[in-house]
Amino acid sequence: MNLARRTLIGIPYLWLLLLFLVPFGIIFKISLSDYAVSIPPYTPTLDLSEGWQGIRGFFAALDWENYVFLTEDDLYWRAYLSSLKIAVISTFLTLLVGYPIAYGMAKSAPEWRPMLMMLVILPFWTSFLIRVYAWIGILSNEGYLNQLLLWTGIISDPLQIMNTPTAVYIGIVYTYLPFMILPIYATLERMDDSLLEAAEDLGCSRLSAFWIITLPLSRSGIIAGSFLVFIPALGEFVIPSLLGGSSTLMIGKVLWEEFFSNRDWPVASAVAIILLLILVIPIILFQKNQEKNQEADA
Amino acid sequence: MSNRVLMLAAAGSMIALSAAAEEVRVYNWSDYIDEALLAQFEEETGYELVYDVFDSNELLETRMLAGGSGYDVVVPTGTFLQRQIQAGAFQPLDYDLLPNAGNMWDVIMDRTAQYDPGNEHAINYMWGTTGLGVNVGRVREILGEDAPVNSLELVFNPENMERLAECGVYFLDAPTEMIPAALTYIGEDPDSHDPDVIALAEPVLTAVRPYVQNFHSSEYINALANGDICVAIGWSGDVLQARARAEEAGNGVVIEYHAPVEGAQMWFDMMAIPVDAPNPAGAHAFLNFIMDAENMAAASNYVFFANGNLASQEFLVSEVIDDTAVYPDEVTMAATYTTRPYDARVQRLVTRMWTRIKSGT
Repeated sequence: MNLARRTLIGIPYLWLLLLFLVPFGIIFKISLSDYAVSIPPYTPTLDLSEGWQGIRGFFAALDWENYVFLTEDDLYWRAYLSSLKIAVISTFLTLLVGYPIAYGMAKSAPEWRPMLMMLVILPFWTSFLIRVYAWIGILSNEGYLNQLLLWTGIISDPLQIMNTPTAVYIGIVYTYLPFMILPIYATLERMDDSLLEAAEDLGCSRLSAFWIITLPLSRSGIIAGSFLVFIPALGEFVIPSLLGGSSTLMIGKVLWEEFFSNRDWPVASAVAIILLLILVIPIILFQKNQEKNQEADA
Repeated sequence: MSNRVLMLAAAGSMIALSAAAEEVRVYNWSDYIDEALLAQFEEETGYELVYDVFDSNELLETRMLAGGSGYDVVVPTGTFLQRQIQAGAFQPLDYDLLPNAGNMWDVIMDRTAQYDPGNEHAINYMWGTTGLGVNVGRVREILGEDAPVNSLELVFNPENMERLAECGVYFLDAPTEMIPAALTYIGEDPDSHDPDVIALAEPVLTAVRPYVQNFHSSEYINALANGDICVAIGWSGDVLQARARAEEAGNGVVIEYHAPVEGAQMWFDMMAIPVDAPNPAGAHAFLNFIMDAENMAAASNYVFFANGNLASQEFLVSEVIDDTAVYPDEVTMAATYTTRPYDARVQRLVTRMWTRIKSGT
């Protein structure tokens, strides 16, 4: 291998090293430290002026105490489980909403497709925070949705949606919908329509042709979209803190409280490392799936 | 003509140069100053002022403890100041650069000295109490004419709260305010650091939890003013802002602030200079400017908070100095209490208990 090629391959690895492994190493080190009233608020910090003695003392002071602590209070496991549940349900809901949209886009006339694509991407031009704030105006007790329903006489008392898990699901599905639509649309658009014609020629109904041919062929898009929704939804902090009430327990909120209310950076770091481990498993599964697809394509 | 343009350009670039070198960066609470004062400071001292705002002590503390915030003056509340001094976050003040320090009020300085012995690191900016914001009309309608609007009975007695739930009650999302208040209600020491005593606050708060619409530390200002809620536990000046907004709106909502008769928590927002401030001389100039009697009075007249500056009192308008909701009378003052910061172990218990109270887990 020549030098130029090595350099070219080295750049993405250097990127990964600088922006992922080094920060991960720092967080991992803090998670093994102890809380202290100082700047920064943990101990030990590496003191090179004492030479080897300092470095040995530094490593001797690191321990797994914070991870043991996380197993002792059920708050953390409940928060992880509750986040997993919210992430799984909202991924499923996003799929239910996103698939028909992607299907409709792929079946529309080719000259319409860029326009429809644009409409899916358009909301990204507004700040994410402002779009979530807009939902407060829609969902609150005096909000547009309740006013509309009261006006039509469907309900007589305002529905309490704001500050409930329902509002969190609505927020997540709305925010991450484009991440579900785009990969599914990409696979459906590439699909060969002659397969469906052949199925119908052979006496297959339109519905069963969808189940037997279209759905399996769009599997890679469904999986990619689901991961793109599931992974950020798991650690989501902004949506539950703005739309969810104080009874919506999510790991992002617990992390915030460890960091800001308890000022305990070491425990906060330990919570973050565990969250990362929970995320790494689906990411590895995703990677495996991609590799398999590439082999199948090749 | 061309000469003048040239001179102007030269003068302009000189100002730009000196401004870049002589910036003072201040990090204060939101809605907490008369902005005319900021322009006045730039004019009088020639420093360029960069004025940023925050809305929670936790946010400020995290930036202080991370170090390198780049600010010259920050404004933590007393208990937070004390812990940050312990962490070595602030530099001692040079009182030779603060000739206006003679204007400060010894009564307040005695109290702030418990957070910062000898007032070596900080000066008081504003102070106030934590109490009850009440929509008197609605509350009397529901609880009757003798509703206990100036007592913790209003918010900690489940019978009252059950009836008030229909018109809406907000609590502060701040365990360091709510737990001392609950302990005061049951006659315990609000400043107790004993885990067994602190635990006594939990059943008090859990009993009224179902009737609390939301835990939030700033939304209650608007909610009270609009008439969306009828009771909030909140900070004095914020409730008075709600009162002023309701008056402006002319919507028939009348808000009152009451420091509870059982005792109100008193707090102090303190101006201090971070240990790594880029411009300590400019920071001292800002503190000295703020301690000027007329400037401090202008700030209080604008935000409706009491200040720790005795000389400023002659310049205060009567709506501020004569209002016992801003400057409490001696009876209320005698019943106020202050708290000290929890250590890490107790803080964790308190945060955990607060999560349990709010979420039921």
